[in-house]
Formats: sequence, structure tokens, C-alpha cells
Amino acid sequence: MNAVDGMPEDRLLAVAAGRDVNAEVHDTVIQEPPVLEIDRFNLWYGAKQALHRITMPIPLNKVTALVGPSGCGKSTLLRSVNRLNDLVQSVRITGDMRLNGDSIYDPRMDVIELRKRMGMVFQKPNPFPMSIYENVVYSLRIDGENNRGVLDEVCERSLRGSALWDEVKDRLHESALGMSGGQQQRLCIARAIAAEPEVLLLDEPCSALDPIATGKIEDLIQELRGQYSVLMVTHNMQQASRSSDYTAFMYLGRLIEYGATTDIFTKPMLRETEAYVTGRFG
Amino acid sequence: MNSERPGRRVRSGHATLTAYGEPWIWLTGASLVTAIAMIVGLLAVIVARGATTFWPVPLEQVRVADGRGVLGEVAEREPAVAETTGSSGHGARRLIRTGDFDATGNHYEWIDDDAIVETLRPEWATVVERSEGGRLHGVPKRLLHGEEVVAEGAADVWTAFIAQHPAIRRRERQAQRIDKHDRGELQRRLRAARLEVVEASLAHGRDSRQVEEAEARERSLAHDIGDKERALDAATARLRDENAGWAIEVETGSGAIVAVPLASVVRGWQPNRLSLAGSIGLYLSRWGEFLSDDPREANSAGGVFPAIWGTVVMTLIMALFVAPFGVLAALYLREYAGSGPVTTAVRIAINNLAGVPSIVYGAFGLGFFCYVLGAGIDDVFFKASLLADGQPTFGTGGLLWASLTLALLTLPVVIVATEEALSAVPNSMREGSYACGAGKWQTIRRIVLPRALPGIMTGLILAMARGAGEVAPLMLVGVKKVALDLPFDGTFPFIHPEREFMHLAYLIYDVGFQSPNSQAARPMVYTITFLLVAIIALLNVAAIWLRSRLRRRFVSQQF
Repeated sequence: MNAVDGMPEDRLLAVAAGRDVNAEVHDTVIQEPPVLEIDRFNLWYGAKQALHRITMPIPLNKVTALVGPSGCGKSTLLRSVNRLNDLVQSVRITGDMRLNGDSIYDPRMDVIELRKRMGMVFQKPNPFPMSIYENVVYSLRIDGENNRGVLDEVCERSLRGSALWDEVKDRLHESALGMSGGQQQRLCIARAIAAEPEVLLLDEPCSALDPIATGKIEDLIQELRGQYSVLMVTHNMQQASRSSDYTAFMYLGRLIEYGATTDIFTKPMLRETEAYVTGRFG
Repeated sequence: MNSERPGRRVRSGHATLTAYGEPWIWLTGASLVTAIAMIVGLLAVIVARGATTFWPVPLEQVRVADGRGVLGEVAEREPAVAETTGSSGHGARRLIRTGDFDATGNHYEWIDDDAIVETLRPEWATVVERSEGGRLHGVPKRLLHGEEVVAEGAADVWTAFIAQHPAIRRRERQAQRIDKHDRGELQRRLRAARLEVVEASLAHGRDSRQVEEAEARERSLAHDIGDKERALDAATARLRDENAGWAIEVETGSGAIVAVPLASVVRGWQPNRLSLAGSIGLYLSRWGEFLSDDPREANSAGGVFPAIWGTVVMTLIMALFVAPFGVLAALYLREYAGSGPVTTAVRIAINNLAGVPSIVYGAFGLGFFCYVLGAGIDDVFFKASLLADGQPTFGTGGLLWASLTLALLTLPVVIVATEEALSAVPNSMREGSYACGAGKWQTIRRIVLPRALPGIMTGLILAMARGAGEVAPLMLVGVKKVALDLPFDGTFPFIHPEREFMHLAYLIYDVGFQSPNSQAARPMVYTITFLLVAIIALLNVAAIWLRSRLRRRFVSQQF
């Protein structure tokens, strides 16, 4: 892309020309026990291929960040994990993903049961038009759980988990729509962890927030580390380097390099990755 | 821009005008002002005319050059019209409501200003509102009880009238209530017994034991009811005997003496003597009668209570039908139906349905609801009634069918509004719900519908406003000129959706354009219009209040 300052981006040029390249996946990743395995996953929107043979394990109880320029397929990959892309017409896939060994794209897999095993947080906070309390216990409600004691306990645990309890404990039954944007996003995280998900998917959780709210969410991700397996899409290199254990660099639908965050940011195997994470390209 | 170029480039005036778009501001603003002026003007006329109908107007005794006299309210004044080819002109003239029909055969009379010799405001000029025969204007002369003269002279007669009239009027109303309600109840019971006989013969054959038993029951009931009717006869006769003979004699503007039985006097007032408080009291009392009483004299006087009731109940039943159907249809169209030519065609068809003339819906309602559905119901459940006296129950126009017809008419409005409300629900909310493991229906019920509710309410408000003001289809499916039996009353099963009903919008048409005395009914038309507009506004305000509450609950202020 940027051959002018003497930095020939061989791989990226090859990708841009439509050729397949092999991903550099560090050994440190492969040695970790995986919670989610993405296996030769391809995805097309109509005739356009958005993901090319992505193969990557997501380590258990670690935070994994997906980085890459806009349109490289990070969000598509994330939304493929809980099969939200099923809602988009004209999407076609090959390959598979496995959540703790269970095939996600198995025709016998019940999508609703599958999504109950994951939590997801979106770019823009999307609290539901109901009270804070009902927002948090939503996934239990739709499962038919109406026991007040169980709900109260889950609500408190989730709100404490998302560092929101002290701020909202006195107004649990007020509308969630009256909260600030940062609070709403932490509420969405509380909602996502209420059902004890096996994987937590964060799709640029801070992109609609101001720096202070962003800081709180990042602190929260630090606290979730070790308890939950987190797969996070981010545009923000500092955020990826601060919050994640592992980082995957994607470009035009391909996985380019994947390894421990410290390695990716300090001694990547590929010059292309270095160029991207240092901001010289992208 | 370029410093080497001498001088500065200045924009011309024309460029500024177009660029800033001033003319467009004027054009758009003028359009809005015109629209507002028309709407406000219309409402102002309705309110001004409708609200003043019941305010007492002074009576003028006018003597004309040829010796005639009239006593009445000035209803209209016309300036002089010059003579032109084809039409004869006239001088300035006034239209006077004479209230002298008994003597002159006219309710109104044009009087040329030039011909007026003198104009007086007699202190004791009285308006006598009669239950039949319209108003009478005149000066009280004598109060009679049979042959006996109870009082003589305007002041004494009026005092005596005020003393006697309320009790007499009360007795008269009681007698009317017995005639209408108690007798009607007996007739209904008798008819029910007769229907049982027919039902028994339908079920068990003409000569069966059950028929004989039913006939025996009917005979004993008829006997019973005969006794009761005689008792009612005696009661009404007693009441009317007490009233008989009481009459007030007044001298009308033309000098005729007219005696009016007190029992038929609804109220009397002397506008030239009324104080402000008296005027207000009279005004309110006439409004009270208008809102709570049955109509009299071919709907041109009295109240419009049955029509208010009919309008409100019909609109509410309509909303009850159209809301679920419209919302469910829109849900399927927006949430479940795929996008393709068929969906597009359906959507276009629904939009076009909103443009079908309402009389077409009326014809459909009559043909399908009344003659197919209603006749079918009659055949199955009300066969006896059909055979006994040939009277259809559901097989003719009625409140239920009218509500259904209007529900059909307003369905497109609700569907379109609901679809728009559903598509305005952010997709991120749906995805959030799916990501929590909710199914499609759970998402719709718990997230999409609550969030779309305010928008759906908007559609319902529009539908109610349209439905409440519709007349043409109602004329075919159940609105009647006079239908005093309300669809809800004390007789089992209390709700009678098959009954015909009265409607304010139809009343406007009927009173304004079908009345034998249309000049006198004209103020009533304005009042009824005023009332109808007020009721629709009230229904809308209620719905809007509900919507704003829902909006506070379900729609974020932040995004």
C-alpha cells in the first residue's frame, strides 16, 4: 500500500491482489486451551467474499482483540460466532466454528440455545426499552425464569460485575433509557454476563463513548479477564495493547498475524503488522 | 481568495437571494399560513356559531306599516341590494324568528327596514318552548286551570307559571317514562314468551307437549301483563288528569291569543328581563338538556344524548377491532414476510385501500356483514325471532356492523402507521435481543412492540378521528334518524350490539338538510358540529396523552 517510504507491503499487496496468504499464528496462542475454535471459515455476502479461510483458536479465559482497518471483516467474524449473520439475507458460509467442542454451524445446532451460551455487546449502547432491572435479567426472563430471588441475585451479581451496581442500585426500576451513554454500555455488559456466557463478544464497545466512559469500560474489561473468555473488536491500538492478552491482525477478510499482545505490539513477525500497529498504515 | 487580483469579488443581489433561499421561506411560510388560516377560520365559525345557539337573544316587537306586528329574535340582517337585470333588488331587511306559527303559519319572516313603524322591547315578552310545535313568542295573558282563571296580567301569570310548571312538567315526564320504559319492558317480555313458543315448535314439532307448555306460559304471562298494563294505564291517566286543564294563554306578535297546555311546555323565559346570571343559568340549563336528553321534533330540538352515546361507543368498538387486526397484519408484513414482488404488491394494495370511497365500504358492510354474516347468525341463533315476526336481529344494520365496517375502512391507516413505527425500531435493539438468545416472537413481544407502541397509537388516533367523522357508510349499516333505545340498557343481556343507533355526524346531515323547519334547525346544526368536533378532539387528546406516557417509558431521549 505504502511503498513510497521504502516499506514494501508484500503480503498486503498480495492480499489486495486477491491471492491467499498464510496467517502467522504464534505458538503462544496454539499452546493455550481454546474455548472457541474457528476452522477454515469462509463467508460471502452474495457474490462478495468477506472472510477467507479464517482459522484461529480463541484462548479460554483470556481477552483476545481483533484489530485491522475498516472493512477487514472483524465485525463480520464476531457476528458469525453467535450466528447473528443468519439474519442477513444472502449470507453464505463454509467451514465451521466450535464452541467448547460443539459445532456452531451444525444444522442440528439450535441457534437460540447457542446464543444463550454467549453474550454480546454492540458498538452503540442498545439498552432495551424497559427498566434497568429488566434489562439485566432479560436473558433469564426469556428463559421463563420468574423467581424473584434468583432474578434479584443475578441482577446484583451482574451489575457488580459490570461496575455499575453502586451507581444504579437505588433506581433499578427506572427506565434504562435515562442513563448516560457509558452507563448504558456497562448495562449492556451486565446484560451480556447475566447468563454466565462461555464467550463474551465485544464489538467496538467504546467507539460511541467519551474518553472517561471508555476508561471505565477498559477497566471493566481488565476485571473480566480471567473470569470470562472475551473476543473483542477494536479500532483503537492503545485499547488493544492495554486490555487484551492476545491480538489478531486482520486485513481484507484474511487473518494476517495472531499472537500474544506484547509480541504483536513489540516484536511482530511481519513488517506489515508492525506498520499497522504503529500507525504507519491503515 | 487570490491576493494578486485587484479588489474583492462581491456577490450580486440576485445570487444572494437564490443562495439564501429567501423566496422559498416566503413561499413555504405563506402556504402554512394559508392552511392555518383556513383551519382556524373553520373552527372559529363552528365554535362561534355552535357555542352561542343557547344564549338567550332579546325579543323585539316590530310593527310594520300595513298594521301587522311580529314579536321575535332577529336572526339575520341583510344590507340593501340594488336592482340589476334579472333580479329585483330590495332595501335593507331583517329576518325575524317570529315564533308565531299557530297564527301565521310561518316560523320566520323577512321584514323590510323601511316598512318598520316602530320597534319595542316588551318587558314581558316570553319564549315558550313547547315539546311539540316549536317555539311560541308572546306576552302572557292568563293562566287557566280548566274554567278557572288562576292569574291574569303578565307579572301575575308569570309568578303562577313558575309556581305550577315544575310539578306539572315532572308529572308529564313521569308519564312519558312509564309509556316508553315500563310499557316497552312489558312488550319485550311478551315478545320473549311468544318467541319461546316458536322456538319450542321449531325444536319439538308443532303439536308437541313443549309447545303446549310454552303456550300456557305465554297465556298466563299475557294475562299477567294485561293486569300490569291496566295498572300503568291508571298511573299515567292519574298523572295526566292532574295536569289536564292547566294552560297558559299568550298574545303573540300578530295579536292572536294562543293557549298552551302547561304539560307540553318544556321551559319558558323572558329574554328582555333576564339578568346576566339568569342568562348564564338558562344557557347552562339548555346545554344540559342538549347533552343529556332525547331529541324532540324530528331532532331539531331537545337533546342529542343517544347520538353522543352512539358516536363514542361506535368509535371505541371500532378501535377495539381495528387495533389488534391492524397491528397483527403490519407485524406479519414487516417482521415475517420476506421482501419480494408479492409483499410489495400487498403493501401498495393496502395503501390504495385507504383511497377507496367510504360509501363502497358501506355497501360492502351491508352486503357482507348484514346480509351474509348477520343473516347467518340470525339463521342459527335467532331463527325464532325471524319466524315469529319477520324481524331480523343481526341481519340488518346495527352498532356492531357499523363498527366493523369502519374498522375495515380505517384498517389501512393503522397498518401503514404500524409498519412505519415497526421499521423505526432500531435494528440494534433487535440484534441485542437475539444476541441474548431471544427468539423472534420474544423479541417482537418484549422489545419491538413496546418500543413501537407510541407510533402505533398515532395510527390509532388518526383512525379514530377518521372513523368518528364518517357518515356515508354508516347510513347503510345501522345509523338511524331516531333510535332512542341505546345499545346498552337494563334488559338482558345488557349489551345489544345488533341495535340501530344514532350518530352525531349523521345528525348534522339529517337536521341540517332533511329537517322540515331547516331555518330553525340551523343553529342546532352548528351546535352538533361543535359537539362532534369537541368529542373527536377529546378522544384524540386522551389518546395523545396515553401516547406521550408510553413515549416517556419506551423511547429514549438520548438517541
